[in-house]
Amino acid sequence: MNTNAKLIAVAGAVAAALAAQTTPAAAQAKEKCYGVSQAGQNDCAAGPGTTCAGTSTVDYQGNAWTLVDVGTCAEIDLPAMADGTERKGSLSALERDLPA
Amino acid sequence: MSAQADFAGGLLNPDHPAPKGLSDGKGRAAGRRYDVYRNNVTTSLAEALATGFPAVTRLIGEENMKGLARMHLRASPPVSPVLAQYGEGFPKFLASVDALSPYPYLPDVARLELALRRAYHAADASPIAPELLASLPTEQLVAAQIGLAPAIGILRSAYPIHDIWTYTLQGGPKPGAGPQDVLVLRRGYDPLPVELPAGGFSFVTTLLTGQSFGVACDMAEAAHPGFEPTDTLTLLLTHDAITHIHGPDR
Amino acid sequence: MRDTTQPDNHLPNAPGVGFKAGHFDDLIATPGPVQWVEIHAENYMGDGGRPLAQLRALRNVMPVSLHGVGLSIGGESPLDGAHLARLRHLCDWLNPASFSEHLAWSTHDTAFLNDLLPLPYTPATLARVADHIDQVQQALGRQMLLENPSSYLAFDASILSETEFLAELVHRAGCGLLLDVNNVFVSATNLGFSPQDYIAAFPLHHVGEIHIGGHDAQADEHGAPLLIDSHAAPVADPVWALLDDVLARTGPRPVLVEWDTDVPDWPVLAQDATRADRALEALAS
Repeated sequence: MNTNAKLIAVAGAVAAALAAQTTPAAAQAKEKCYGVSQAGQNDCAAGPGTTCAGTSTVDYQGNAWTLVDVGTCAEIDLPAMADGTERKGSLSALERDLPA
Repeated sequence: MSAQADFAGGLLNPDHPAPKGLSDGKGRAAGRRYDVYRNNVTTSLAEALATGFPAVTRLIGEENMKGLARMHLRASPPVSPVLAQYGEGFPKFLASVDALSPYPYLPDVARLELALRRAYHAADASPIAPELLASLPTEQLVAAQIGLAPAIGILRSAYPIHDIWTYTLQGGPKPGAGPQDVLVLRRGYDPLPVELPAGGFSFVTTLLTGQSFGVACDMAEAAHPGFEPTDTLTLLLTHDAITHIHGPDR
Repeated sequence: MRDTTQPDNHLPNAPGVGFKAGHFDDLIATPGPVQWVEIHAENYMGDGGRPLAQLRALRNVMPVSLHGVGLSIGGESPLDGAHLARLRHLCDWLNPASFSEHLAWSTHDTAFLNDLLPLPYTPATLARVADHIDQVQQALGRQMLLENPSSYLAFDASILSETEFLAELVHRAGCGLLLDVNNVFVSATNLGFSPQDYIAAFPLHHVGEIHIGGHDAQADEHGAPLLIDSHAAPVADPVWALLDDVLARTGPRPVLVEWDTDVPDWPVLAQDATRADRALEALAS
């Protein structure tokens, strides 16, 4: 882009952005506390007693570990690809169409 | 071995026998009482990971999360007493677990959750008045550095991690396929992930390196021909993310 | 050392609660008998955001006690200098009405184990803990209070009682004490000693703060009672009774209700604070 065109584009972009952000912003209404505040809290309480979590070895085998029922992973496993094909079993990496 | 090394040894390793020299205070060996400490360590750190990665937990289910968290905390316990910082290694760990290979987006979702957590604890910063952008002559604006809020985080994923996060935790629509670039913003005190438009990733990462507005536009144009900064600028302004403008003749 | 006795910055001889972010609005609007709060230092070591904003607002309303849970004062290794620096930074910014930590360790090598782990009571551990307390008090420029732990087992190597150990620490390091009455009851039940005898032997003159909290009742493999310091329930009746015994000996003290797990709505927590208030008022009449 030549310099003049760039200046015109930037000026336009700034004006448009100012106009957009002064209209009632949908994003503002969406913002809410969603639980980050509870993440990783230190406290001085003990855990739930003598339950077996601390002595369990069943999940200790690294890659021999197997999944039990998965959560929402199971619901988002068959997205349509941009070219209309579907992938079985998982979302898969797509080639990006961006220059390196 | 020191007494504490002996005591600590079994806390993260269930195969390690309980230390000797412990009693119930009434003449019997401590027996399972040592397991109380084992259990406290294990469940509290597993809980810290589960609360720190709520989307990953929902995606794989609570039982899987408990097992995975246990594996991770035993191999990589926290190195700081500040638990809010625990979990930096969790995305890499998720990527290493064979059983999770059908869900290759999980490590990137975990990275997004780390970025949200960092944003939550990031320093406060006052945004510029948006009109300041318009008040600068365009030549000066193009040459200016744009300072962004400390809470800013930016991620590039081959997967639709913004839509996966939104679907999982906020009842958003089902994610389609495709890569997503995500910007983490914090207006007030609640972090929010937003999807970046094409070219926005290059634009913001260039600004973050301290290069000028004009250079950021050029980099974004190179990454995505026809890039036009309005949408990305609007995101930044709407979320109080622009905190400084340094003119070229500063 | 900083003067911590300024009239507007000491813990009142009244009920306080362990502060939870979700209680912020209720605490400000309807504190009831609650006159002060305690926070866990490690949760306020970020650079900004809501935690520090809430703290800024809180300290203008009531005294705040800073309670560390990660310093590993009982640890074999030297204190974590970086963590002590973070604590000093927070303490300087907040200027809390009190700072307290635990007679316990939680870090080994580089691993933070996130539990208050026990230590044997020997001359060697006494010297180490006294030295660590001294370092903390030097770094923070103030006296600290040290809290008695909940115990699930005993060390054959211990040759001092816990109360002897604490009394000697007060003497050597010049610290004060935080008497956790629930911890006394939990340890006494688990290890089979009399909580009244423990209280009688405790250096009560040096108690600057009292804790009460809920515990879970379990059993060991022999069927013996094993109480867990869960902070997940209302304060138990025998702990209320023990609190009365303690207050009768100490006179009025700041009394904190701790509830950290399955944290209830504010009115439930405030009920325990009200009961602590009655215990303090009964003393005055």
